[in-house]
Amino acid sequence: MNILVIVKMVPDLVEELAVDPDGKGLDPDWVRWKPNEFDDHAIEQAILIKERHGAQVTVVIPDMDGAEDAMYAAAARGADRLVKLRGDFTGSANNHALARALGKYLPELQPDLLLTGVQAHNDLDGSLGPLLAEFMGLPYLGYVAGVHLQGDKANVRKEHPGGVVAEMEINLPAVLGIQAAEQAPRYVAFSRIRQAMKTAAIEEQEIPHLDISGAAEVSLMKQVESGERAEMFAGDPDQVADRIVAVMRDHGIL
Amino acid sequence: MATLSVPKRSTFNELFYSGLTKIPDGERVRTCLQCGTCSGVCPFGYLMDHPPGKMIAALRAGVIERALQGDTLWMCVSCYACTQVCPSKIPLTPGLMTKAKEELMLAGNIPSELQDALENTHRYGNPLGESPRRRAMWTRGVEPPVRIMSQVQRPLETLWFVGDYASYHPRVQLVSVAFAQVLNALGVDYAILGTEENSDGDSQRLAGERGLFEMLAEKNGRAFGKYSFNEIITTDPHAYNALKNEYPALGISYPVRHYTQFLAERIDQLKPLLRRDVKAQVTFHDPCYLGRANGEYDAPRLLLQSIPGVKLVEMSHHKETSLCCGGGGGGMWLDGFSWEKAHVRLSEWRVREAVNAEASVLAVACSYEAPRFEDAVKMVEKARRLVVRDIAELLAESIGG
Repeated sequence: MNILVIVKMVPDLVEELAVDPDGKGLDPDWVRWKPNEFDDHAIEQAILIKERHGAQVTVVIPDMDGAEDAMYAAAARGADRLVKLRGDFTGSANNHALARALGKYLPELQPDLLLTGVQAHNDLDGSLGPLLAEFMGLPYLGYVAGVHLQGDKANVRKEHPGGVVAEMEINLPAVLGIQAAEQAPRYVAFSRIRQAMKTAAIEEQEIPHLDISGAAEVSLMKQVESGERAEMFAGDPDQVADRIVAVMRDHGIL
Repeated sequence: MATLSVPKRSTFNELFYSGLTKIPDGERVRTCLQCGTCSGVCPFGYLMDHPPGKMIAALRAGVIERALQGDTLWMCVSCYACTQVCPSKIPLTPGLMTKAKEELMLAGNIPSELQDALENTHRYGNPLGESPRRRAMWTRGVEPPVRIMSQVQRPLETLWFVGDYASYHPRVQLVSVAFAQVLNALGVDYAILGTEENSDGDSQRLAGERGLFEMLAEKNGRAFGKYSFNEIITTDPHAYNALKNEYPALGISYPVRHYTQFLAERIDQLKPLLRRDVKAQVTFHDPCYLGRANGEYDAPRLLLQSIPGVKLVEMSHHKETSLCCGGGGGGMWLDGFSWEKAHVRLSEWRVREAVNAEASVLAVACSYEAPRFEDAVKMVEKARRLVVRDIAELLAESIGG
């Protein structure tokens, strides 16, 4: 059983984001990259499957700042193989380009199961999972919160809105978009990560060309402007409270 | 001397024991009398499946694994109360309890709140999960400006290691600004590291994350090494403890003092500057890592007694018997967990003592305490008029603008 986990690096929202001078994307100089949180759950889910059924887990990450740290942390948690994709992913590369490139390369790794986060906060052209499934000609299920293997099939717990859960069967190989792992991503002591830094090997795969076609193009990106309809209530707390109550009455809320 | 017989059947037990004997005075664990004083004085001992004494009993019985099951060990706030009273002088806090937490950490048995703080520390260099680029933002608007080491470009007298909460927590930032005012009034030649500073890592270490602590120490060590200064001062007793007692073993050795010690030494220069009356009945909360862990009880009291108008009163627990605010050893990041387990807060217990001492001001000298005690004041009846102030704030108030 070969499980591939595709991890996307996304801008860390702890830092303030700046729009680049041409107004069509983020200024990469100000971006701190971190692994997409849903992808972290995908890694955890892969490790849980490995512990339950036995599997080789390969983690694939585009080469960006922070990617190696994420790979060593994954190795410390139990990933067997680490692959870094070399190419220019910081600029205009979108999910179409990444999925297309992965679609060409990943079949070499002969995956039985591909896991990735169901979404990322910088998915401007659709999430990665369905695109990857399309380019690889594989079935896709998203919003997955539990995976059990049964021979060449997977029994998948899929979350629907409104607290409804579906159990679905899917033929392998398949791509799953992970909403949440069956348990929260585990903590690995830093000494274990440091050990992985010494022992784990990172393979590199050249991605010479990124084809961004097929996606909507960003024509303008800008900071949210503050509206002018907001009214600030001044005065002591009692006066402010009276004003709030009056406004709520005016709008029929009270 | 009593002897410890270690049965051969449990390798893990042997490893745990031999690991323990490697730390300074660790082999004193052999001399445990099983008096149980440690477990009795522990503020949360009654909630632990294996408080220190019982843990040593398990170690002697060759079943330390049993003591590491469950999660009640995470109630330990590394406050040194057990270590202080141990008649055999066993390093219970820095040795036994910390080693036990390290084992829990390696086994992945860790409350999620604590996991978040450690992951934040790993990623951002501070447990609050704040941007490392904004570490010196608290200095904005402070006059005269707080200088950053990288911009000074000359040897300096004093490096101020600000610390995590003093850099980022809005309440504790006020203490940092006050301390800058005191330093300026004294004409101290100082600077801070700014964005080059990382968490001191001491509370992470005491929560069992030794590896993370070493990584942070190395980063801070590299930053120190870039500059020339005579000594380090800090308002954070946890940073003080790390720099004084833990960093030297990693080859990072600088003279370091807590700010109360630094100021107490300059008391003759400071006193004439304390012109304004601060009319208050003040009681002082000894921080665990200034008091019990490092034996400093006099400097903070000397400073308080030098402020005109201040009348110092003591709470029932003070100096060696001081009560932990609940924030040590990872407790700062386990508030929800601790509440679930205990349904009491140590900080509220302490505030009740301050009220009973008829204090109008609860004076503190640790970066964890102002927010913890101010939260507690809101919860304790009759504490509504109790004001929590860091000693640096009281000094700045007396110096005036």
